[in-house]
Amino acid sequence: MEKFTILQGLAAPLDRPNVDTDAIIPKQFLKSIKRSGFGPNLFDEWRYMDHGEPGMDPATRVPNPNFVLNQPRYRGAKILLARENFGCGSSREHAPWALMDFGFRAVIAPSYADIFFNNSFKNGLLPVILPAGVVDRLFLEVEATPGYQITVDLVAQKVAAPGGQTFDFTVDAFRRHCLLEGLDEIGLTLKHADVIREYEDRRKATQPWLYV
Amino acid sequence: MQPQTLYDKLWSSHVVREEADGTALIYIDRHLVHEVTSPQAFEGLKLAGRKPWRIDSVVATADHNTPTKDWDQGIRDPISRLQVETLDANIREFGAKAYFPFLDGRQGIVHVIGPEQGATLPGMTVVCGDSHTSTHGAFAALAFGIGTSEVEHVLATQCLNMKKAKSMAVQVDGVLGKGVTAKDIVLAVIGRIGTAGGTGYAIEFGGAAIRGLSMEGRMTLCNMAIEAGARAGMVAVDDKTIEYLRGRTFSPKGDLWDRAVAHWRTLRTDEGAQYDKVVQLRAEDIMPQVTWGTSPEMVDSVLASTPDPQKIDDPVRRQSVERALQYMGLQANMPITSIRIDKVFIGSCTNSRIEDLRAAADVVKGRRVAASVKLAMVVPGSGLVKRQAESEGLDRVFREAGFEWREPGCSMCLAMNDDRLEAGERCASTSNRNFEGRQGAGGRTHLVSPAMAAAAAIAGRFVDVRQL
Repeated sequence: MEKFTILQGLAAPLDRPNVDTDAIIPKQFLKSIKRSGFGPNLFDEWRYMDHGEPGMDPATRVPNPNFVLNQPRYRGAKILLARENFGCGSSREHAPWALMDFGFRAVIAPSYADIFFNNSFKNGLLPVILPAGVVDRLFLEVEATPGYQITVDLVAQKVAAPGGQTFDFTVDAFRRHCLLEGLDEIGLTLKHADVIREYEDRRKATQPWLYV
Repeated sequence: MQPQTLYDKLWSSHVVREEADGTALIYIDRHLVHEVTSPQAFEGLKLAGRKPWRIDSVVATADHNTPTKDWDQGIRDPISRLQVETLDANIREFGAKAYFPFLDGRQGIVHVIGPEQGATLPGMTVVCGDSHTSTHGAFAALAFGIGTSEVEHVLATQCLNMKKAKSMAVQVDGVLGKGVTAKDIVLAVIGRIGTAGGTGYAIEFGGAAIRGLSMEGRMTLCNMAIEAGARAGMVAVDDKTIEYLRGRTFSPKGDLWDRAVAHWRTLRTDEGAQYDKVVQLRAEDIMPQVTWGTSPEMVDSVLASTPDPQKIDDPVRRQSVERALQYMGLQANMPITSIRIDKVFIGSCTNSRIEDLRAAADVVKGRRVAASVKLAMVVPGSGLVKRQAESEGLDRVFREAGFEWREPGCSMCLAMNDDRLEAGERCASTSNRNFEGRQGAGGRTHLVSPAMAAAAAIAGRFVDVRQL
């Protein structure tokens, strides 16, 4: 996994609550057996006027000029500003894959759905939680200020706005450690293979019907 | 000992080790696998040169991409076919306790076949790369959906790193009225607490109305815990749980059955145990539910009307209601019963089991699908459900009324195969999500119970099934 330490980048606002993973990456793109290539279809139904199917050349598509990510001022955005319960719905990890493939490395929102939140950490996409009032303020500032750059510092667990204000956030120590170091979580777990085996042996003795 | 909730018991019995910050390594007993969220996980395993830890924990099927008709022609969409064939190849290479591939008579929706085969047992941790894994909590299992990285993690280590959730009791006391089902209970719960109301919680459903539900009703209930934001929903073990499991293919047998049953009987919340949150509903207050918007929390009784955004003070909420009504092609203050439909879908991991089909057939029997309805389809949850329904003559009841009777699969719940809504089409659906575009780009979904979907098919609009 890619390391995440300090990120400075352009922020783009997506001003809707309950953005679901079907909206982030529609089902027809889940037929892929790869982890990459989802960026062109991120928010497909909102982003394009025409209907998207796998294999279409993005250059031939008709972009929706009203969709926020199509506005030139947000081109190259690395930080997505979002509303509450971002990423609700399906467990598809294609959602964080699509966000990352598009170029996002962090999301800032007041809350996330659990599975999306989890999936993001596994891919080096940092889901930052800030209080709703702070997120409101960032929305106002981003929309009012072209070129609005935010710094997300996972080392210090702070978000810094261009005006110099900073906002604290927290990430579970274990997750933070894995992100800062870019660790392979499976490799880490396998260091405890003996403990897993001992657990399994106890379980085979006490609940043998689980192993037939 | 401190009294424990069911969730406490399931959690603590699966902790392998703990990090200093409380992150626990949790052991996984059952790993359900399907074609959409597994290929990248198997590929990751191969690239790292790792072997599956306990392939015997895997039960696999192909369900999301499979067509529901013309099975003799195979899977025509080449991209879907490749995904299904990739699962075939991965199971051939790595193995599985059981695999029910496309065209197998026992194939079906992963959350229907797990319990049907007795592969879901009380006290297990059950995971799957699918958010509706919460279904299996109906058996007092700790069951939750995971992403593909976690699918790979479970394949490689049989464990997951996670933190314990908070506990919520959803208590439904009293007796459900006639025509009111588990689907209506869970939609009413989501309407009450919201789609994020359960985020960070594991929900235990309890109370007389829940104990009164069959195992299939409890599966419907737990299935939609995720639509309230809770990764896991669960119901304590009782006689119904044990009777359901008796004699199923992978249920324990002989002496092991008796030992298992003795253990399973302990899988209930102790007297005096505390939940972090308690939500109470009275069964008598729950009416047949219909969603009107683009989130499962946008739901009301069939007797209600669509909301009026003018009356909502919170600007974020007002805007989201306006946007939902606009997407759905509805006006404010419209009676739900005035909403006409184009299509009807009876199926999905929420409502495609035999009791669901019986309930729908009861409504349909001797009647005809309204001429204005373009398509009404029934998609059984599995090959075994389909055969059972056919042995009871339900297929004839549906066909004679003008329904299409299809082969099992996820079908139009998420429209990865050919079954979908066209832009602007409106559907009465027994599935679980009414998100924008969920059943097809531009499609409009209203979530209802099987009986309500059947009634809507006959009337061509939503009607109160109790008055039919």
